Amino acid sequence: MTHALRDYLVFLRRCGRIAFVGDWRYYLWMGVLTVFCLLGLNAYAKQLVNGLITTGMSDQVSWGVYIANFTFLVGVAAAAVMMVIPVYIYDNEELHDLVIFGELLAVAAILMCLAFVTVDLGRPDRFWHLIPGLGQLNFPASMLSWDVIVLNGYLLLNVHICGYLLYCRYRDLKPSKWFYIPFVFVAIGWAVSIHTVTAFLYVGLGGRPFWNSSIVGPRFIASAFTAGPAMIILALQIIRRVTAYRITDRALLTLRGIVQVSMLINVFLLVNEVFKEFYTGSSVASSEYLYVGLHGYHALVPWIWTAITFNLVAMFLLVLPLSRSLKWLNLTCVLCIVGIWIEKGMGLVIPGFIPTPLGQMVEYRPSLNETLICVGIWAFGLLSYTVFLRMSVPILQGRLAKTNESLPDPGIDGARASQAAKP
Amino acid sequence: MSAFEPNLQSDAPASGGDMDRRSFLRTSAVLASGLAALAASLSPLRKLDDYVSLERFVQKYYKELTPEEMKQVLKRIENEVERQYGIRPHVRDLKPMDGVEFVYALNLTRCIGCRKCVHACVQENNQSRTPEIQYIRVLKMPHGSLDVEKGEHNYAPESVPEKGFFYMPVQCQQCKNPPCVKVCPVHATWQETDGITVVDYDWCIGCRYCEAACPYWARRFNFTQPSIPKERINPDMAYLGNRPRRQGVMEKCHFCIQRTRVGRYPACLEVCPAGARKFGNILDPNSEISYILRTKRVFIQLKEELGTSPRFFYYFDV
Repeated sequence: MTHALRDYLVFLRRCGRIAFVGDWRYYLWMGVLTVFCLLGLNAYAKQLVNGLITTGMSDQVSWGVYIANFTFLVGVAAAAVMMVIPVYIYDNEELHDLVIFGELLAVAAILMCLAFVTVDLGRPDRFWHLIPGLGQLNFPASMLSWDVIVLNGYLLLNVHICGYLLYCRYRDLKPSKWFYIPFVFVAIGWAVSIHTVTAFLYVGLGGRPFWNSSIVGPRFIASAFTAGPAMIILALQIIRRVTAYRITDRALLTLRGIVQVSMLINVFLLVNEVFKEFYTGSSVASSEYLYVGLHGYHALVPWIWTAITFNLVAMFLLVLPLSRSLKWLNLTCVLCIVGIWIEKGMGLVIPGFIPTPLGQMVEYRPSLNETLICVGIWAFGLLSYTVFLRMSVPILQGRLAKTNESLPDPGIDGARASQAAKP
Repeated sequence: MSAFEPNLQSDAPASGGDMDRRSFLRTSAVLASGLAALAASLSPLRKLDDYVSLERFVQKYYKELTPEEMKQVLKRIENEVERQYGIRPHVRDLKPMDGVEFVYALNLTRCIGCRKCVHACVQENNQSRTPEIQYIRVLKMPHGSLDVEKGEHNYAPESVPEKGFFYMPVQCQQCKNPPCVKVCPVHATWQETDGITVVDYDWCIGCRYCEAACPYWARRFNFTQPSIPKERINPDMAYLGNRPRRQGVMEKCHFCIQRTRVGRYPACLEVCPAGARKFGNILDPNSEISYILRTKRVFIQLKEELGTSPRFFYYFDV
């Protein structure tokens, strides 16, 4: 027992140390991210002192880019499941080892989600009011309480699956199926639920006709399963560039197939929504504001049409054989990610508030401080994901293993260590 | 594999990993500068004084406070108000009365759009003056429509009423089926037995979900520390009512709990020069409000189709 504990602590310590080792590119990347994290932290400190008046939000538009980014990232987290399904349900060997990278992305995305909701709170010091038993969680009436549960549950599930598989690989043991397969299947259902619950957060508001529409849920899922795998395609290519980890083109093309189908469904649902809104001539005021402008206010119009253009171009590229070449595929992925980020964020959250339920037109623009906080959280997410990969790639390659535990750990000095490692 | 292949394999154990002096110094330097950068980025927190009270941090939920604890809390609030505004207030925890359900009715034929109710409310309920927080919004509506999207919010003519318009004040509708209560993740807002939806300002986490949920735009958020001139403080306060709020929490109309639960009328009603506002106990068949709802031929609930079932009615002199 004490042996097992000791082994595990050694494992954790070695993982921790390795995060601080790399070549100059690694240090540069991590350094830049750290600077942005600190800028974000500084902006958040100012917000804590002065209140949310430092943001562009108001009583009229009471949620802004924090909740917009949160919504987008829940989708990214949910999309990790699109790699898990082919592997565990259809036994796709090509993606097998890559599942871990997808799930680690989910973990990083959930961490960012939690950060985004925390910075949106007026009283973050009272977070404990949400803890069942200690506080007063309004479950099951409030969809936000559902969100708290499913997001934290999803985080735990993914941390467990990744952690267990990596630790087994580290010790060169065959993972016991009972220890992770049930969790994998729970996680598949759970992934869909986190995004459905997040959609219901909006759909459940009868006073906001723009959100109170049954198409929001399906659109959330379709767009998430487009943007998430697109992100994974880019991440995998970066991994195989900067490490010696082998990732086949076929794996990337499998993911392309997923992005392709999801984008087609996403655009189809968009057409449904736009038709319903505009054909009868009795459109919801918020839709009018979003797509064509209302009473002379049209801040979001260029954004949403950019998003729609990106999505359409991406859709055509995806159905053409052209996107089988990685260069085009990468361009397509970027278009998907940016298009959906705009559509989910600015295109969904903000117009729901404009006009207000009393018909007042007040527009929203994020402040500089608010933007810095967002940048900081994104940097924090990228930093986390980089660290996760930094730990897991050598484990998967067998270079960080229990067998070489007795050898001394590499120091902080990456340059020297890398020289030593050169053949 | 591409030609660009930086060496990240350095995690393989280095030969002779003894930490020499140079690398130790470098580690310390990196660590020290990292900590310095962290401290610098957190430096604005030095001005943070609203979060430091342990007493407030651990304060229990309103419904869980024992009478003894409530006494302590009320005393604490009185001390805080006195320290901040230099005036000793009288803060009470007023409970709903048995056999009472409050209902409001507003006569649209009479309202002249003078907004006296808006300002009486601000004065009575210790609302922030900068930034300005108001519970009542008066809409200037064109003849013939009850569609709020046609209303004008910022009307400022020489004198009211103007020809061709009518005026519709909107405040918390004290719904029987309140969406704001349903969505609150921590039960910080709830409906009392007399029909008033209240907020525990010491329990709200400031997520603003209720503000998104309210179809009447009746809820307000304290985006920063509210400020009220000392001489404007109304010292007659209630825990669930008009005691001063803090940064980061929600507030809303509570039918002047500090008045109505001791048998007085809400401030907005008392000030109305046109007699457009009526208020009372719907469970008492002899009350004026019961009489109005029994005898008026037309009265409406705003956005009735949403199923919120407001306790706030608009009626006409017909």
